[in-house]
Amino acid sequence: MLASLAGDAPAYRTLLEFLERELAPFFRRRLADDAAEAADLVQETLIAIHTRRGTYDSSQPFTAWTYAIARHKLVDHYRRRGRAPTIPLDNAGDLLAADETAGAEARHDVENALGRLPPATQSLIRDIKLRELSHAEAARLRGMSETAAKVAVHRGMKKLVEFLRPQRGAPP
Amino acid sequence: MSELARELSARLVPVRPSFVQRRLLAGSGVGALISIALVLALLGPRPDMNKAMATAMFWLKLAYPLSLAVVAGLAAERLARPAARARGRIAWLAMPLLAVGALAVGQFLAASPASREALVMGGSARLCPFLVFAAALPPLLGLVWAMRGLAPTRLAETGAIIGLAAGGTGAFAYAWHCTEWGAPFLALWYSLGILAAVMLGALLGPLLLRWK
Repeated sequence: MLASLAGDAPAYRTLLEFLERELAPFFRRRLADDAAEAADLVQETLIAIHTRRGTYDSSQPFTAWTYAIARHKLVDHYRRRGRAPTIPLDNAGDLLAADETAGAEARHDVENALGRLPPATQSLIRDIKLRELSHAEAARLRGMSETAAKVAVHRGMKKLVEFLRPQRGAPP
Repeated sequence: MSELARELSARLVPVRPSFVQRRLLAGSGVGALISIALVLALLGPRPDMNKAMATAMFWLKLAYPLSLAVVAGLAAERLARPAARARGRIAWLAMPLLAVGALAVGQFLAASPASREALVMGGSARLCPFLVFAAALPPLLGLVWAMRGLAPTRLAETGAIIGLAAGGTGAFAYAWHCTEWGAPFLALWYSLGILAAVMLGALLGPLLLRWK
C-alpha cells in the first residue's frame, strides 16, 4: 500500500487484485451468500479504497483501514435496501466472527509491529509464540534467565497489541 | 474481475502522506479567512484595539477559541480516516476548558457582588453567542467540504468535532470585534456559541459526511 501511495502502479494492481479475492468472502458471508450483490460491493469497496487512499495512515494497520471501508460500504448497502440485514440465525455467529480472510494483511501488520520491538524481544517472541518453544528453551537460546525471558515476552506482547490497535481503545 | 484492478491502477497518481492534513487545513483556512473578513467588514474591529492589545484578556479571548479549534482539528485529522479513533486527542480539550473555567470562577468569586452581573453579562451577552455561531458557519462549510473528500466512519462524532473546530475558529474571528473583558463572559457566552456549532455539526454529520 505504501508503494501504491508513492505511485507504484504494478504493486498497486497486485494489491487490488489480492483485496478483490479477500473481500469476496467477507461480503458473501454477510449477504447470505448473494454472490451478485457481494461482487458489486467488492467493486464498490475497491473504488472507495482507490478514491480514499489518501486517508490511509502508514503508522496504522492496513487491515483495519481496509475492513473499515468494507464495513462502511456494507452499512451503506443495508441502508439503501432500507432494512436490517437478512442473515439466517444459524449463521449469525459469522457476523461476530473475526475477519479470518484478512490473514495475509494481518500477517504483514504483525511483522511490521514486531519490527518495532527490540531485537532480543523479537526473537524471543518468534521462538515462543511462532516456533512454540518453551520459555526455558527460548531463554537458553538467548542466554538469559527464564524469568527475564518471560518478562521480556510479556512486555513485548503488550507493546505488539498496542501497535496493532488502530488508536487508543481497540475496536471490539 | 480484475478489470477493475487494472483500470484503477492505470489511473494511479501518487498521494502525499500529508493529504488529510492539507485538505482539512485548506477547508478550515479558507473558511477562517472568510469569517475574519466578514467580522472586520460587517462588524468592524473593536474601536479600542490599541489599548486592548495591552490587556491579557484580549489575547485570552483569541487563545481560548483557537486552542479549542486546534485540538478539534487534530481530532478531525484522526476521524477523517476509516477505523481511526480520536479519544486521546479529544481529551486534550479538558486543558483549555478547565483553565478558562477556573479563571472565570476565580474572577467571579473575587469580584464584589455588585459588579458580578457586569462581569458575567457584559454589554453583549444577548448577541455574542449568535454572532459566534454565525462566524462559525464559513469554516464549518469549509470543513464539511474537506471531510467529504476524506473517509470518516463515525459521522455524528466527526460532525461534532468539525463543528467544534469551526466554532473555535468563528469565536476567534469574532474576538477581533468583541469588547468584553470578563473571563466569566468568555467562559459562558463564547462557549455557548461554540456549543451551538458543535450541535449543528453533530446533526449535519450523518447527513452530509456520508461518502461513496
